[in-house]
Amino acid sequence: MSAVVALMVLVPLACSMVTLGFRRQEIPRDVVTLGALISVTVMSIVLLAHVERNGSVVVRAGGWDPELGIVLVADMFAVLVLAVAMVTITLVEIFAIGQRRGASGADPTVVGPMLLMLTGGVSLSILTGDLFTLFVAFELMLVASYVLLTHQGRAGQVRSGMTYVVINLFASTLFLFGLAFVYAATGTVNIALLADRIPELDDPVRWGIGLWFLVVFGTKAAMFPLFSWLPDSYPTAPTTITAVFAGLLTKIGVYVMIRFHTLTGMDDLGPIILVLAGLTMIVGVAGALAQDDMKRILSFHIVSQIGYMLMGLGLFSVAGIAGAIVFVVHQIPVKTVLFLAGAHVESERGTSSLGATGGLMAKKPFIAAAFAIPALSLAGLPPFSGFVAKLSLIDAGISASSTVIVVVALVGSVLTLLSMVKIWLGVFWGSADDEVRSGSGAVTSTRGGSATMAFATTTMIAVTLAVAVFSGPLVTMSTRAANELLDGDGYVAQVMATSDAAPEPDGDTAPEPDADAAPEPDGDVEAAPDVEADPGVVTDDATGTVDVVDDRSGR
Amino acid sequence: MSITLLIVTGALAAIGIYLATSRVLSRIVLGFALLGHAAVLALLTAGGPSGDPPLAGRSTPEESANPLPQALALTAIVISFGLTLFLLALARRSQMLSGDDLVEDDLEDRRIAARSDDS
Repeated sequence: MSAVVALMVLVPLACSMVTLGFRRQEIPRDVVTLGALISVTVMSIVLLAHVERNGSVVVRAGGWDPELGIVLVADMFAVLVLAVAMVTITLVEIFAIGQRRGASGADPTVVGPMLLMLTGGVSLSILTGDLFTLFVAFELMLVASYVLLTHQGRAGQVRSGMTYVVINLFASTLFLFGLAFVYAATGTVNIALLADRIPELDDPVRWGIGLWFLVVFGTKAAMFPLFSWLPDSYPTAPTTITAVFAGLLTKIGVYVMIRFHTLTGMDDLGPIILVLAGLTMIVGVAGALAQDDMKRILSFHIVSQIGYMLMGLGLFSVAGIAGAIVFVVHQIPVKTVLFLAGAHVESERGTSSLGATGGLMAKKPFIAAAFAIPALSLAGLPPFSGFVAKLSLIDAGISASSTVIVVVALVGSVLTLLSMVKIWLGVFWGSADDEVRSGSGAVTSTRGGSATMAFATTTMIAVTLAVAVFSGPLVTMSTRAANELLDGDGYVAQVMATSDAAPEPDGDTAPEPDADAAPEPDGDVEAAPDVEADPGVVTDDATGTVDVVDDRSGR
Repeated sequence: MSITLLIVTGALAAIGIYLATSRVLSRIVLGFALLGHAAVLALLTAGGPSGDPPLAGRSTPEESANPLPQALALTAIVISFGLTLFLLALARRSQMLSGDDLVEDDLEDRRIAARSDDS
């Protein structure tokens, strides 16, 4: 199973290089891109099933000790988000292939390779077990996103792309400084070791590290005072690209924040995060209400929804974190499908502005349905996934007796519904005969292309509905993931425990494991079956993943 | 931990942030180059006291410098080099489109400014 974990990162990166090689030949490029994405999707689902049954998988690249080398950790939280993320990216690529046949979409010679690069970055940042690899993974993901955002080179894209690149570059530089601080304070960048050492630091240092990384990850996640880059840059990209960004990039920021701040025991920051969460919800949705372009409204909603995930984190209870995880899992497909509906609207009418469009309900009921279901889900109405996610968050808020944030969250939901109604009124209702004045540009989609697009959209909606239908198992898994994160001992024991077993094939002499293993006898017993089950795989893999290290440091 | 390195790091970071907040694109690029250097120096400083180059067979572990931050710094240098180039390319494209070397006004900001002037 550990080979699969390594392949989750290797396959997209290797295929990205391959597709760059023959990006002008349409058929091999699309076959490799789709093949790679489908294979990582299948692997991520297999991994989810495996971890659900047998517990976390830990891979040590090159067989190095966790103190020195790169560790990949596939625990419950990681595989849940990973599976949803991979399904989403794959469906967007199918949509993009359909769209490019007809309407003017993004440049396919760029989208294929860069989307794979982004996928590699996303799965590496989800799976990584140390902060520096996380930094590299973020860069991988962001470089791909810079290219995807600006590759058409239009004036608007360059203008907002500049803001996007500069702000993210600044956050990355802060990340690097933060790594230096963490290393100076603890002597390691491995998250499992940090989970042991950071709680023992003096309060000022601990607060400093916690707040510093709150700013770093908060910028990537578009948290309240740091979100201004998002609503500006996202709408300028081709809509399929925005769909990937909206579904994934900010959520990875939240994912990492949840991982870092829970494992290192930053409970003291809870009240601060809650205040920021409330402000993010309200400011984001207020921004959405003021806009009159569909893509801009949806972009502001990304910000507002981030607030809900932060709310779960800020509660620092098992129910809260579990709610946040359910919310992330619900949000990735829902946000993406909303933008795909936006892409349908755009390729139908040539614009996403509310003033120019109208009457789509009568003309294209499919697009109206493709928008209505995720929109209601986003607002949190009962039969859809948003209801499950918001219910578990609000339940957690009430049981932690944080009344203010619960009220803010509910007000935010109502305002979300209001702005969705605004899109509905502007785009879908109204008479269908005013199409003449807006039927410009991109209305050239052919039958085959729109069938592929419709297939991708329908499947994506099915995924969002599946999140609602399987909410029972989802909540169970999320609660388990939240327990793992808040407890932390299990995570630490599992990451350190494999260091007992892996040196055997390498002939490496490591005296430390005794000291590390001694305090956690329970954890050792839990992790042992994994290791004994396939010692051969660990060896194979140990040599296989050395390439990952070389790959990345060379880039 | 050397005080000189710390002062240099601080100075580089200060100049870098000053340049990066400028409106001229080429200065922003230079600012980020300096900020990257500052971060790399901070990483090296975090690695503890200096020592022999950490090469196997050439020095003992006790006498050599901590190799881990050096490895991290090397990766960070490569990444910041690549990103500086990308930023330069973007700045060049922006110059081609707008004819000058300045960050352009945000359209939304301009619209809001116009609206507040009306009222």
